Amino acid sequence: MKYSYYPGCTAETTSVEFGLSTEAVCEALDVELLELKDWSCCGASSAHSLNHELARALPGRNVALAQEAGLDTVIPCPACYQNSMSADRAFRRDEDWRRKMESLLDFEYTGQGRPRHLLDVLSHDLDLEAVRKKVVKPLTGLKVASYYGCVLVRPPEVTGWDDPEHPMTMDRLMEAVGAEPVDWSYKVDCCGASMTLSISDVVVNLSTRIVAGAVEAGADCIASACGICQINLDTRQAAQRKAPVFYFTELMALAFGLDGVGKWLGKHSVDPRPLLRERGLLT
Amino acid sequence: MTISVSKTDLAFREAVRERSGEDIHACFYCQKCTIGCPTAYVMDYQPAQLLRLIQLGQKEKVLGSSAIWMCVSCETCGTRCPNHIRLSPVMDALRHMAVEGGYAPQPSVYALHQSFLDSIKLWGRVHELSLIMEHKVRCLLAQPPLFFQGLVSDMLMGGDLILKGKIAFLPDRVKGLAEIKKLYAESQPEVER
Repeated sequence: MKYSYYPGCTAETTSVEFGLSTEAVCEALDVELLELKDWSCCGASSAHSLNHELARALPGRNVALAQEAGLDTVIPCPACYQNSMSADRAFRRDEDWRRKMESLLDFEYTGQGRPRHLLDVLSHDLDLEAVRKKVVKPLTGLKVASYYGCVLVRPPEVTGWDDPEHPMTMDRLMEAVGAEPVDWSYKVDCCGASMTLSISDVVVNLSTRIVAGAVEAGADCIASACGICQINLDTRQAAQRKAPVFYFTELMALAFGLDGVGKWLGKHSVDPRPLLRERGLLT
Repeated sequence: MTISVSKTDLAFREAVRERSGEDIHACFYCQKCTIGCPTAYVMDYQPAQLLRLIQLGQKEKVLGSSAIWMCVSCETCGTRCPNHIRLSPVMDALRHMAVEGGYAPQPSVYALHQSFLDSIKLWGRVHELSLIMEHKVRCLLAQPPLFFQGLVSDMLMGGDLILKGKIAFLPDRVKGLAEIKKLYAESQPEVER
């Protein structure tokens, strides 16, 4: 299976473990990722806050870059994914804007291939059996709270591939690699996102509550599918620092026995290695 | 909470409806949006109150509120609204109208958005280190005490991230920067300020 790949700005910096584990897990599952050449920032949460035109033009450039290959584009970051989806919808629905962008960026919108989130692709283009087959070290006994965050599954008319209030795709992947998903109440509660830089108290409050909810439900750790969610829950959970926060792809890579996992885990704020050693999952 | 209402500006109500594309009139004040909103507790007017104020054409109160800058666009309200009103595009439209109309924004949030867009314009991708520094300078210029808010925890966190090799010292500049600049020039001028 072949896809275009949009890593997003944080995949090389603050969520480098997400980028590296995404690439490693996809390779292991024979999901070929072809990185878009010279991709640029999608505008994150700031472009739409200040400028309507820029908010669709910035991700529009990346959607334009994906046209030539005509493949679906795998996007690991939910905010990048949402912005790309909005731009792709604008290309499909707003003919004037499409023409303007085509002439500005000298390309033709073919509409072949769509922006897709990594979790959607791994859950729906592969069957769980393919994931199970790759497991060499099942994560037996590891209780995982799957945390989807806010915009990964919302708004449902834009995303539409999992339930917006009670998503299960990540839980099923965690089960497929041998972990034990826990039922909990904060799967889709927002961590405060970019407020971590502008009003950090809010993010401390929200993230602490989410982590406490996971621990209360009996989880040993949290799995995340977003660079901002992971860093907020990992660094902004209050002083007790109760639970490690993984990227779901790191846990998959661990179960697949892939190289590099130990190095990625060393980049977390709440060190997850003691927990994994205690469970015999890491040497 | 009692909110006193001043003169109704119906043109404002229509402008919000048009720019957001959301049917604001459909709100019957069930308050599901307020109940689910993660940041309602730091808002001066909560989401349902804000919608009612828009219905009542209270331009000054709405565009001058801090609430419009506290929304993190998590889409909880829009997902749960029985009348299918998404507040995320409404909040975006209100922020644009507030900046255009010269209303004072929440300084720290506004400074972050400006720094973010500056970073993309300069490099084509976000460079966190210079973005964070620009944000701090903008806060200092807008409201000096803001500079110190969260400074210690930010520095501890930043230091930790640098030690773990998660903050790049040098920016990663895209080759098609001319295209990015073209997109900026073609969009509305307010970000250029």
